[in-house]
Amino acid sequence: MRSSRIASDWPLPVLALALTAFGITMVYSAGQTDVPTFVGGIWRNQSVWFLLGVCVAYAISRTSVRLLEWGSVWVYIGACVLLLLLIFIGKGAGTAASTKSWLAIGGIRLGQPSELAKIAVVLMLARVLSVQRVAPTSLFGLWRPAAITLVPWLLIMAQPDLGTGIVFIGVFFAMLFWSGVSWPLLVMAASPGISLVLAFSTGVWGAWFFLLAALLYWQKPAWLESTVIVGANLVMGVVAPVLWDGLSAYQQNRLLVFLDPSSDPRGSAYHVIQSQVAIGSGGFFGKGFTLGSQKRLAFLPEQHTDFIFPVIGEELGFLGVALALGLFAMLLLRTVSIAARSSTPFASLVAFGLTAAWFTHIVVNIGMTVGLMPITGIPLPFFSYGGSFMLACWMSVGILALISAEGRGKADALVI
Amino acid sequence: MSFHPNEVQRRARVASALIFGGLLLLLGTFFRTQVLQRARYVLASEENRLREIPLPAPRGVIYDRTGKVIADNLPGYSISLLARNEDTLRVTMRRIGQLVTVTPEQVGAAMRRYRRDRTRPTVLFGDASFELVSTLEEQRVDFPGLIIQSAPKRHYPDGPAVSALVGYTGEISDAELGLDQFGDYKAGQQVGKDGIERQYESRLRGREGVRFVEVDARGRVVRENAREDLLPEAPAPLYTNIDLDLQRFVAGIFGDSLIGAVVAMEPHSGEVLALHSAPTFDPNRFIGGIPQSYWDQLQSDPRRPLYNKAIKGTYPPGSIWKLQTAIIAMEAGLVAIDDRMPAPCTGSFQYGNRVYRCWDHEGHGDLTLAEAIEHSCDVYFYQLGLKIGLNRLVAGGIRLGSRDRTGIDLPAENRSLFPSDPPKKYYDERFGPRGWSNGVTLNISIGQGENSQTVVNMARFYTALATGGMSARPEIVRGQSERKQVFDLSAGQVRSLQEALANVVGRGTAAGSRLEGIAVAGKTGTAQNAQDVKRDHAWFVGYAPADDPKIVVAVMLEFGLHGSRAARIATRIMEHQLKQKVVLLSETEG
Repeated sequence: MRSSRIASDWPLPVLALALTAFGITMVYSAGQTDVPTFVGGIWRNQSVWFLLGVCVAYAISRTSVRLLEWGSVWVYIGACVLLLLLIFIGKGAGTAASTKSWLAIGGIRLGQPSELAKIAVVLMLARVLSVQRVAPTSLFGLWRPAAITLVPWLLIMAQPDLGTGIVFIGVFFAMLFWSGVSWPLLVMAASPGISLVLAFSTGVWGAWFFLLAALLYWQKPAWLESTVIVGANLVMGVVAPVLWDGLSAYQQNRLLVFLDPSSDPRGSAYHVIQSQVAIGSGGFFGKGFTLGSQKRLAFLPEQHTDFIFPVIGEELGFLGVALALGLFAMLLLRTVSIAARSSTPFASLVAFGLTAAWFTHIVVNIGMTVGLMPITGIPLPFFSYGGSFMLACWMSVGILALISAEGRGKADALVI
Repeated sequence: MSFHPNEVQRRARVASALIFGGLLLLLGTFFRTQVLQRARYVLASEENRLREIPLPAPRGVIYDRTGKVIADNLPGYSISLLARNEDTLRVTMRRIGQLVTVTPEQVGAAMRRYRRDRTRPTVLFGDASFELVSTLEEQRVDFPGLIIQSAPKRHYPDGPAVSALVGYTGEISDAELGLDQFGDYKAGQQVGKDGIERQYESRLRGREGVRFVEVDARGRVVRENAREDLLPEAPAPLYTNIDLDLQRFVAGIFGDSLIGAVVAMEPHSGEVLALHSAPTFDPNRFIGGIPQSYWDQLQSDPRRPLYNKAIKGTYPPGSIWKLQTAIIAMEAGLVAIDDRMPAPCTGSFQYGNRVYRCWDHEGHGDLTLAEAIEHSCDVYFYQLGLKIGLNRLVAGGIRLGSRDRTGIDLPAENRSLFPSDPPKKYYDERFGPRGWSNGVTLNISIGQGENSQTVVNMARFYTALATGGMSARPEIVRGQSERKQVFDLSAGQVRSLQEALANVVGRGTAAGSRLEGIAVAGKTGTAQNAQDVKRDHAWFVGYAPADDPKIVVAVMLEFGLHGSRAARIATRIMEHQLKQKVVLLSETEG
């Protein structure tokens, strides 16, 4: 049984392999520019990281979910310690040159601990949520998962790394949902954040506040909880402009450009516009593999990392985009079903948490290239160049394969 | 608990729907961007990568009447830069300056061009030397956005000999760019500045071509032929009436020492065979930016080489104008060719309380009109002028064109100066009602006083003498000649005047310039010069052959002292033209 764990759920590794092969192919193309840069040879590095990732995935799949559950606390603590270390010794590099996201020893960059932290948070949240007999029904009942997410989140926002921060938020709410928390409670939990975003338009925020009041009247939570929710929303609505002033100029710019990409075409909006031009000019069939002019002539920024998807759009056209999105859809639907028929609540939550992490990455990254999302510097799983990220993606594949195999093995437990 | 299989399955369905919906939303957005809005983004992507490099067009070739080249184009190079901002431009110029000499003027000019038009590549060197081109070509990788291309360069094979005719070309100035006439011109382009080049700019200017190069995000040229070039188009050549051989001959006579001007015309059609102003300049040195030292030299030369003395300079005509006095008197029926004046010439003439001198202080004695023309007797014409009267004299002079421009097809021709009608008002305004006397009549009648004529205007007047009354508008470029009857005399009167003019050269004031086998008719003039009373201007205007005029030649020598010197030059020009014609004719017949 054990010896055939990956083979037992063949669609998962096959989809992951297909996406990685597609990804490395595009990383190769990203390096094909008219004025050669270091990007020209990085597809080889990416291949090495991929092979390493497959080995790690296989190793993980040979362990057990129980071991995972036992180790989750240590992985989580280790990840938090590494993130804390980064605040003092973190280095900037590559596309995140201005942030302290790299762990380096003696000048050699070892990796980005935030990639490990994503998995660690998923494991830790799953552990905490799975031991509860009943899903939390009040806001205060969410304090443990909230604290687990908040600690690494704050450490990551200190780097600062907005993209990874968004992934944590996505994972947090997705796993609460999977653990059975009711949607009104999710809305209430999320309401201060929503207030923060909507506070920039007084009218919209007013409408939101009215809806929230109606929700509270209908749900009738404890008065203390209601007070906290209303208070938090008011604070966020009022404090938001102050926080806005606290953002650095480039962060403000990025958000503003998301709201109005034509506001500064030569500055921050340059990325969005050039990305959209690359995608749009690809048309239905694309300009041909390696032949995208936006990429070749360096109009497309970060074409091997955050903006690799526009390379697909430009060179392989809508057909290539549809293929990539199709593969992602099959992968994610597959992992949701793995979560649904896992052997234990812990395994189920881990599988769903990893799915949510990927989904957040995919939607935010691809959405930003086509102008649906603000630019946050978030990579695309299996495609974007980056060793730690490739390794983390394949670690996730390994964990999912493990859960899938154990789920099948105990068909009497949680089978769809 | 919350992980009951039914609950989990419900959540899995919700999650799957969310995932599916999210990815479908992305797919829809890509469909809109890539399929529905494709055209817009394709355009943006092409605009990103393609830069249009203008390919300068050659200017139209200018030919003389026999098909010889007056102006053509040589292969040359221009160096321009696709500059992203002023700093890149300045840095590039500084770095080029480390390889070759770059003057501050060149840097300033490049900056000006950039500020004028940022959409086109900025011309750094309009006429780059071969040395500069090869140096930069070697180091091309170090100069992103640098464009080296061939740029036809204007060339005048005869250089200084044709400068008064063709003028010169140069880069369009900021002032010119502001004019409506140059509405579609761009900074850095070449434009005719003077002469034929300016007059016929619209016909000589070619149509610029376009080369498409591919640039990367930093403005570096990564591919030269990104799309098929639109080739520049040369305009149709311009055929002129100039006889280049004669033009060279004229320029050769003047050399570097003489100052003056020549206009040679065909008397019936007005075709200009040669037009020269001395001293000259070399129009080839203006191409690609005139060196400052040469410009300073031309500007500071007191002989004013850049001033076209044939069409702009006005000079008192002196005795060559006496034919107008004669014609006005004959038209009014006041004198016949054999008539004598009351007082014979004694070398001077008393009028009022002033004595008016004849140029020949010895006196000419009693003369007929024909003899007075032959010997250019001032005293005869003083009396004739008085007989005509100031009013009729001035009105007649105006009718004969003494206040006109000729309308020659060259830019900035000056009007000849002459009193306006009525003369009383003119002189009152000029000198005050008591500031002048009827003595001005005497001055006007011998071509002095308030009378200053361009060389080309005198040539035009003599086309009327040569043809019996029809004055022809001088014309450099082939087109439609325009003639106008300026006087109305009987055939006998005309013949008598023409005979008198022939005798000027046959035995009169220009007797020393007689030609073997060709009868020349004409009139010398020795005009008092306001600048230097000791050094008169010398004129000769005439035509040949006297019985069948083929060429009118007007010669003016600044400080030439005596008209006979001008006559010698004029007859040599006539001889060259007419003898050469005979030879050509016999060659073709034989």
